[in-house]
Amino acid sequence: MSFTILNTIIMLSLLGMVAAVILYVIAQRFKVIEDPRIDIVADTLPGANCGGCGFAGCRSLAEALVKADSLEGLLCPPGGSETMAKIAVILDRQPAAVEPKVAVVRCNGTPENCARITNYDGAINCRVAHSLYRGTTACQYGCLGCGDCVTACKFDAMVMDPVTKLPVIFDDKCVACGACVKACPRNIIELRKKSRKDRKIYVSCVNRDKGGPAKKACNVACIGCGKCVKVCAYDAITVTDNLAFIDSSKCKMCRKCVAECPTGAIIELNFPVREQTEASRLEPDVKE
Amino acid sequence: MFKSFPKGGIHPPENKMTAGNPIEVLPVPSAVTIPLAQHIGAPAVAIVAKGDEVKTGQLIATAKGFVSANIHSPVSGKVVKIDTTIDTTGYKQPAVFIEVSGDEWVDTIDRSQVIEKEIKLDREAIINKCMECGIVGLGGATFPTHVKMGIPAGKKCDLLIINGVECEPYLTSDHRLMLENGEEILTGVSIIMKALGVEKAIVGIEANKPDAIKSLSDLTSGFKGISIQPLKVKYPQGGEKQLIKACCNREVPSGKLPLDVNVVVQNVGTAYAVYEAVQKNKPLFERVVTVTGKHLPKPGNMKVRIGTPVSALIEAAGGMPDDTGKIVNGGPMMGKALADLDVPVTKGTSGIILFPSEESKRSEVTPCIRCGKCVTACAMGLEPWYLSAASEREMFDKTEAAKITDCMECGSCSFVCPANRPLLDYIRLGKSTVMRMIRERNTK
Repeated sequence: MSFTILNTIIMLSLLGMVAAVILYVIAQRFKVIEDPRIDIVADTLPGANCGGCGFAGCRSLAEALVKADSLEGLLCPPGGSETMAKIAVILDRQPAAVEPKVAVVRCNGTPENCARITNYDGAINCRVAHSLYRGTTACQYGCLGCGDCVTACKFDAMVMDPVTKLPVIFDDKCVACGACVKACPRNIIELRKKSRKDRKIYVSCVNRDKGGPAKKACNVACIGCGKCVKVCAYDAITVTDNLAFIDSSKCKMCRKCVAECPTGAIIELNFPVREQTEASRLEPDVKE
Repeated sequence: MFKSFPKGGIHPPENKMTAGNPIEVLPVPSAVTIPLAQHIGAPAVAIVAKGDEVKTGQLIATAKGFVSANIHSPVSGKVVKIDTTIDTTGYKQPAVFIEVSGDEWVDTIDRSQVIEKEIKLDREAIINKCMECGIVGLGGATFPTHVKMGIPAGKKCDLLIINGVECEPYLTSDHRLMLENGEEILTGVSIIMKALGVEKAIVGIEANKPDAIKSLSDLTSGFKGISIQPLKVKYPQGGEKQLIKACCNREVPSGKLPLDVNVVVQNVGTAYAVYEAVQKNKPLFERVVTVTGKHLPKPGNMKVRIGTPVSALIEAAGGMPDDTGKIVNGGPMMGKALADLDVPVTKGTSGIILFPSEESKRSEVTPCIRCGKCVTACAMGLEPWYLSAASEREMFDKTEAAKITDCMECGSCSFVCPANRPLLDYIRLGKSTVMRMIRERNTK
């Protein structure tokens, strides 16, 4: 009896030792040498796996960062400049200049501005609605209001406003990962440069129709008249396909275009209230 | 004696209220809008300019590329502008706007009522004629007919099936056409047979049209090789693959075309258009449209010029009832709701249906109870619940493996779902995404 037990122990120990030797040899022979910095960089990243950087997840970005010669063009949007600076220290490289950005919804087609002319009772999904018809309004470019962008946002930075039927973005929570930009089938959401005190000036419209039809579809549509282009002193505004666009890197927030726009398509946000005199209109504050 | 396809299928209420109404010719409207994309494939290119005078039947836009079709003026008058108009979904499309004056036809069109039975043209000439006259499939898919007639090298065809099923509820335009223009249709069938080089043709008609089955059966004695096949009433029997299975018991494999089982399918409306093009030299610029609805004062089947606004059709049918909730272009199962009433009739418009508001709303969506009714109903043998759920979650590679591209979007699954789930909405999304993925893969 005792011999059986002893025999078993010896046999198992021998088997274990042989297996250990085989495993050791294989582990040495097929060893994957990985840069230890990848793990450190991956731990520094936020770990949301949002995909905003353009890679599959945080670890993929970490691998790319470690491999790359310079940090130019590689950016973790949620982490922003703070995280990128930390990574630059770890990798001992020059930190690339990071421009903080924020998402804006370029549509102001509230029921008040843009009349609802049809009903939709299909699946509540923007892409389904987009493939079926132009939407509940006469504008074939505007927000469909099904909230695909809100579903796509992993940072709770978006919500659908039940009154305006448009998505609202909370600037403090938005990390500019771009998930909503990809989710929107109509390319309404844009990432713009963040300004002091979250101030914003942008064309809140994506209608590319000529003036007449655009205005007919929506009261606050951009009609491509070009008045804003003429008034802009910084060449920040261009009109293509009957639609004005303000380049956020050139805009100095002078607000001249806002006053000039005949339809009110250009929107200013988070600015102090204007004094309603002609003089203040002509002399906008340029404090940047 | 009555045949059908074995897998799936449903029985929606027929509501064919206009089956007894003869086709009436709608007066030419005062202005027409002719979209340049009325067919599957590349949009046609306009060859007229603003201010040009055109005659009825004159070519105004030429086909661009192989899969495309010519477009002819349906009226005589003056081209007002070439601009964008909204299509049935509300999106803007390029179109030619013509202001009507009189109704002067192009001289080459034979306007006599005599039925020309003798086919003088040869194979090549027939296909060319169909191409010149802009004939497309009038069953709804609007696939250019000349492309379907030209059999590619290496393939052969031994049977032509003519689709006289009209399985969509409400619609009766094909039914009336078979009753009133049976001889022309059968001549058209003979022409297509000659173009394809086949000896045999079967006209499939559902049993709910006994008068059409009888009148066409009586006429077949004068035509060689054409037989009438009565079919059991079941939706979606008008689907190409279902019709082939029902008529000749051949099964089109997944991802293949009817030509892979040596069959070509054409609609009765197309056969009539082919007859008019080949024997009468008349291009496709008018078609029969069923305008119907439970509360519509004067529903009927109307012969309409392409480009007539839908509002004019509803006006001719007695005006829109106050309780209208939804206006659908096409049949109630596969048609799409119209976003606007100024939309013109195109080559693919088979019907305009006005639903009262109590019938037009979808019911509340509840969770899937895994009852499997959609699986039983699917005529393609797919699993609609799975395709829909996977598409909703953007797992498109899984839907591709589950053969989402075989779906013909007949809507049977959504129709039977006791939880009112928008199954087809998501399947359409998944199917279009998978088709795009496949195209991108093939071009790489």
